[in-house]
Amino acid sequence: MSSDVVAVPRKTRGPWALAFAKLTGNKAAMAALTVFVLIVIACLSAPLYARWAGVDPFVSTLDAIITIDGQDVPVMEQSTEGLGLGYTPLGPTWRLGNYFLGADNQGRDVMARMLYGGLNSLLISAVATVLTLLLGTTTGLVAGYFGGVTDTVLSRLLDILWAFPIYLLAISLSIVMIAQGITIGPIIIESGSLWLPIIIIGIVYVPYVARPIRGQVLSLRNSEFVLAAINLGVPGSRILWRDILPNITTTLIVFVPLMMALNMLTESALSFLSIGVQPPAASWGTIIQDGQALLYTRPIVALAPGIAIAISVMALNVFGDGLRDALDPRSKVRLGRD
Amino acid sequence: MKKLLLAAAAAALLTCTWQAPANAEYLKEHRGGTMRLLARSAAGTLDPHINYTLQYWQIFQPLYDGLVAFRKADGKDGFKIVADLAEDMPTVSNDGKTFTFKLRKGIKFSNGQDVTVKDVVASYQRIFKVSGPTSGTFYAGIVGADKCLADTKSCTLEGGVSADEATNTITINIAKPDAEFIDKLAMPHAVILPADTPTEDVGSNPIPGTGAYTISAYDPNKGMTMVRNPHFQQWSEEAQPDGYPDVVQYDFGLTEEAAVTAIQKGEADWMFDQPPTDRLVELGTKYMDQVHISPLTAWWYAPLNTRLAPFDNEKARQAVAYAVDRNTLVNLFGGKVLATPVCQVLPPDFPGHEDYCPFTKNPGAKWSAVDLDKAKQLVEESGTKGQKVTVIVEDTAVSRSIGVYLQSVLTSIGYVADVKPISSNIQFTYIQNTNNKVQMSVSQWYQDYPAASNFLNILFSCASFREGSDASINISGFCDKDIDAKMQKALEQGVTDQQAADKMWAEIDKAVTDKAAAVPLFTPKHVDFVSKRLGNFKFNAQFYWIVTQAWVQ
Repeated sequence: MSSDVVAVPRKTRGPWALAFAKLTGNKAAMAALTVFVLIVIACLSAPLYARWAGVDPFVSTLDAIITIDGQDVPVMEQSTEGLGLGYTPLGPTWRLGNYFLGADNQGRDVMARMLYGGLNSLLISAVATVLTLLLGTTTGLVAGYFGGVTDTVLSRLLDILWAFPIYLLAISLSIVMIAQGITIGPIIIESGSLWLPIIIIGIVYVPYVARPIRGQVLSLRNSEFVLAAINLGVPGSRILWRDILPNITTTLIVFVPLMMALNMLTESALSFLSIGVQPPAASWGTIIQDGQALLYTRPIVALAPGIAIAISVMALNVFGDGLRDALDPRSKVRLGRD
Repeated sequence: MKKLLLAAAAAALLTCTWQAPANAEYLKEHRGGTMRLLARSAAGTLDPHINYTLQYWQIFQPLYDGLVAFRKADGKDGFKIVADLAEDMPTVSNDGKTFTFKLRKGIKFSNGQDVTVKDVVASYQRIFKVSGPTSGTFYAGIVGADKCLADTKSCTLEGGVSADEATNTITINIAKPDAEFIDKLAMPHAVILPADTPTEDVGSNPIPGTGAYTISAYDPNKGMTMVRNPHFQQWSEEAQPDGYPDVVQYDFGLTEEAAVTAIQKGEADWMFDQPPTDRLVELGTKYMDQVHISPLTAWWYAPLNTRLAPFDNEKARQAVAYAVDRNTLVNLFGGKVLATPVCQVLPPDFPGHEDYCPFTKNPGAKWSAVDLDKAKQLVEESGTKGQKVTVIVEDTAVSRSIGVYLQSVLTSIGYVADVKPISSNIQFTYIQNTNNKVQMSVSQWYQDYPAASNFLNILFSCASFREGSDASINISGFCDKDIDAKMQKALEQGVTDQQAADKMWAEIDKAVTDKAAAVPLFTPKHVDFVSKRLGNFKFNAQFYWIVTQAWVQ
């Protein structure tokens, strides 16, 4: 009796599965992702929190009186000592739903504004990231693939955009757009719209994405499989879509958290300078600006959104690093040999 | 609270008694030392014929003189005009159209040159030659001014200003009687400078003056040093008194927060900028002896554009006036101690002011409370409900707070409102230009000189409105021919009978208020925070704290 030994091929995991495995194995990245997801969930709950707390974070409530431990406490307290100068907003009560972080100089619940502000900050940074990636990827693909005059023109345009200090460019665009909005053909964006900071931030970071993508496309353009497709007469758009784009996807994925962190900082800076989110809407930047006038008496108003920005940006950066490590081809090779 | 107010009043009374006029004894005892002043930044050119800022007008007081001057006195006594380089107040003839001054002898500029009638004529010509900001308004009534305005470089003011060296007199002819012409001559834009002063903006190069002090060093990025004018000899304590400190060092660049801290530590004696709101409680309790609160003849208001929807509708404008809670605005500004609610254009205790408050819960003399029902009813009646309104405010903490509050008020009465804070550097000109289609804004007006026309005629006359111009100070675009005619009559009446004119201004104030071309918000007060060592603080209603009349030793 003989027995044939049949070798069963070892089932290998695909690159995405390998990357996912590596990412989930990165404790720091997972912790960062968890923190960021918690922040997103908290911010998404802003309307629920405001309803539960019974506050409207967008309306001045200077005369409001709240109850703490059975005692009525004014949200804004006028000094009655000495010359009776100045008002001091309520400090943190550390009671959820009851001015947890105290009041700002309009008597508004800082916690409720923090959550709404976070929602706007996250929304702007996320949509601006999508816009940057769309514009940057398209520009990089077209410039890198078609080359010649197209590449020269697009590259010089990127150079011009690149030549401006980012914040100076963003501030200039904001000053022009924020006061009166913009009208492009049938598209009208009103002055207070969140789309304005989204567009401004989305535009100024296009070179950050377009340049490395163009570099990658230039290299892919001369690879054998692309040359073969060209020689077979496959249309350029199809090559870009089917052959080149999939090969730069990992780069784009890595860009997402990093660009989002960058956009969040830019949004905060613009809003702090009154040229981002417009009052009474909130973003973490506008709340820091409100808190600036209270630094001496109620530093929490400026500190709380500052800490929220720092944690969010750090979480995104740590997760972005983890993502890059997971999607790095050299990492994949190492993982495949295990 | 009542007790506190009584205590404050008593303290003020004691302070007033203590702050007796400077006399020889005081001068001897406290003369000398270096006074240290702070400001966030410099305030532009040093040219007194051009600079139009409160910051430098205050500093020009001990540096320059006109033929006449506002009295260097405490409070409203500072509104009185006295002879300065002129021996006496002018002789008025030709139905109020000719003013003759006799120049004092023996006065020298800080460079040692004698002051002559030629300097006076050249100075008045120079107002036009440098295209001074008020040459086309304050001084446009001088005979020959029209030619000077048309061709500035060859300005002679022929027939308008002439001098007689033999009698040392200067004669000024104006085209038509102007009750406020003497006020205008007392402004810093009409000070007397040496005849050979360049006929262009001198920028950062100080011009010799006749005052008790002279600028010895100036760097707009660092500071200014003022020392005693070696050629000064006091000729009138009312017009140009000798000062106490030997040196006044004015440093630029510190933030308001840092300036407060510097004064608390005794490293500086005074700050030009208002203390930040988050330091007020501390200053009002721990440093109350070093805080001076003074009333201002100023007006915070919200102009409503009478040429743009929805505020081209009078009922819509009145609705906003009914809905805005002045007490809330006062609180946003820092509380009752720092501001007073107002319902009309002319500030309290100002010529022509008679208490009037039509848009409040119980219309009468004073503001009582908002009438939201009435406001909503007016919005309904106006047919403007649901329209979009944008409020343009300065990007400062207080203005932004007021803007946010106004936005919530507008929303509550049925408008779709938003608020836009824009840089303080451009907001004032931005809201004036009709091309920017500003519906509502928040602005302030501080008097140039104490006359009702300086508010009503300037802010609400048809002539003050200029389509498409950055200098259209009638921000509301308000133009009512009947009210305009009444203003002209009141101006003419003032030439012969100021009291009767003030009665007319009171009626005009009510008429403008009724039209609700702007929402009056409040009258602010001024906070001066000084060092412990600074004494003899005097607040002049015209040019604020009289710097060199205080002592530091």
